Amino acid sequence: MKTWKLSTLDALFAAIAGKQTLYIPADVAGQPVFARWEPGLAMTRALNTGRSAKDLFFPQVEDLARFRVAGKTVSVSPAQALQEPFVIFGVRACDCRSFDILDSVFLAEPADTFYQARREQATVVTLACSQPEETCFCTSLGIDPQAPGGDVSCWMAEDTLYLQANTEKGEALLASLPRLEDGEKPDADSSVFDKLPLKDLDFSAFSGKALMDWFNSPVWERLSQSCLGCGSCTFVCPTCQCYDVRDFDTGHGVQRYRCWDSCMYSDFTMMAHGTNRPTQKERFRQRFMHKLVYHPNNHGGQIGCVGCGRCLQKCPISMNIVKVANALKEGKA
Amino acid sequence: MNLTRDPLIPMVAQVTDIRADTPDVKTFRVVGLDGKKPMEHIPGQCAMLSMPGVGEALFSITSSPTNEDYLEFSIKKCGCVTNWLHAIEPGQQLTLRGPYGNGFPVDTDFLGKDLLFIAGGIGLAPLRSVINYVRHYRERYGSVDIVYGARSKEDLVDYQEILTQWCREDGIHVHLTIDNPQPDWEGHVGFVPNYVKELAFDTGKTVVMCGPPIMIKFTLAGLEELGFRRDQVYTTFELKMKCALGKCGRCNIGDKYVCKDGPVFRLDQMTQLPDEY
Ligand code: SF4
Ligand code: SF4
Ligand code: FES
Repeated sequence: MKTWKLSTLDALFAAIAGKQTLYIPADVAGQPVFARWEPGLAMTRALNTGRSAKDLFFPQVEDLARFRVAGKTVSVSPAQALQEPFVIFGVRACDCRSFDILDSVFLAEPADTFYQARREQATVVTLACSQPEETCFCTSLGIDPQAPGGDVSCWMAEDTLYLQANTEKGEALLASLPRLEDGEKPDADSSVFDKLPLKDLDFSAFSGKALMDWFNSPVWERLSQSCLGCGSCTFVCPTCQCYDVRDFDTGHGVQRYRCWDSCMYSDFTMMAHGTNRPTQKERFRQRFMHKLVYHPNNHGGQIGCVGCGRCLQKCPISMNIVKVANALKEGKA
Repeated sequence: MNLTRDPLIPMVAQVTDIRADTPDVKTFRVVGLDGKKPMEHIPGQCAMLSMPGVGEALFSITSSPTNEDYLEFSIKKCGCVTNWLHAIEPGQQLTLRGPYGNGFPVDTDFLGKDLLFIAGGIGLAPLRSVINYVRHYRERYGSVDIVYGARSKEDLVDYQEILTQWCREDGIHVHLTIDNPQPDWEGHVGFVPNYVKELAFDTGKTVVMCGPPIMIKFTLAGLEELGFRRDQVYTTFELKMKCALGKCGRCNIGDKYVCKDGPVFRLDQMTQLPDEY
């Protein structure tokens, strides 16, 4: 294990950024987000970013191709996938696990090459948690917030940053940094996680029972009643991966791009002759069935939630996956 | 470095012929820029067609894989992309990607079976690929019955091909029906589900069905009354799609993605899935 003095964290960032682009969680316009490091940019004091780390692999808007149309002819030039390596520092354990979930979708054959290129170019440096929020429940999903994973795991204790490489990419990153010293991190105190109000949620039931029983549960009507269909929960969620593909006429050609979309929106499945999810009840049910039942069914039991708590913090009507999971298990209308 | 072309990036193709089948259905012949058939497919598979700036949409490939020269798409005018397609002329280029989906089990489960095709309206489009494949390899399959219904005689897609080819072949029985009587129509009048019940087919047949969801639901009920089991019945589904790769999260029925796990499903597989189609 390596160490670095926290008082000179800026110098560590400068050393990394001297070789490749570096993103750190920082406050931009009052919001904690992953931002490109420049001299003077400090880490946020917030536990986690408002928007998740998925932005760096699956950006909100991304060009796919440019077309030229002239008379009856059409030509295509595909957009370039990312070619430069980058480092993302300070990823929490929950967000790091979300990459596995995104991988299971985007890297499944045929792989999404834009996503794949970013994953290959990235070195993920995670940061262990020591002061969780009350909305955190990653431990209920088998995630250890004090062993966050990625290419390099980091811990902060007293005045020291401890760094542990987990992969070859991680080794290479640490080897490229000057002035790292050897050291051993002190044992972490995990008692604070045992006191979290949501630590004992059990998600194992959902892939066990027949899909149709959950689908036909009487709870959907009540839970979805006040949902605004705003899509906030899907945008902040690190595992939500639905997208739309759109064309934009630039005046010099047509730009085809993809952008995040939300199953909570009424036009998500709208076709010329109507939609198969006509009310918010069906759309709401889709989001939670996908995370709790469909995704695990298709991916060896992997639940499509990492317990980051963002939807608990951001939903304007205080609806969230914890309430849904509990209500489903109770089964009362 | 990753130099593979992303599966979302289409190729350019060219429309070489356009045939008006009905007042709102046209059939488009598509080849690559080299003039050759742009891809191989299995009957029932689909492809994404697009006009940059207009949009992209998924269509079933209507031609049979045994056609070595081009792909054909029979397309009903009903939205943005289809309106554009209906306005173009031969020689127009567009973009194409695919093929997508599983297709019908023509080289496995269907072999040696007596086949009953049931189609309503534009639902004939995906079935035409299978029917012409079966006609090509006639000796591999048993008897063939085709029940096909549309609003009027003018709305029967591929009417000429049906009359001049399908109806004249041994072992192929074509049963056409239209919704309302017409002066120049001597055939059956009535809806497809009722006609299927009247025809009281032998329950040993394998059924391949395609049409609007409401037709599928009523016809299935009729078939079950006749004694057919759900595991003898295949159909295709059509939902809104964007990626056709199982990634954009749009086209699922329960835990199945229509674009990747379908569009062909055997109906017994649907009993454990929500009715969201
Ligand atoms: S569903 Fe909510 S808690 Fe779970 S990963 Fe998404 S935003 Fe986080
Ligand atoms: S659950 Fe909440 S955040 Fe999600 S769409 Fe409904 S109101 Fe918006
Ligand atoms: S069309 Fe995107 S998942 Fe099926």
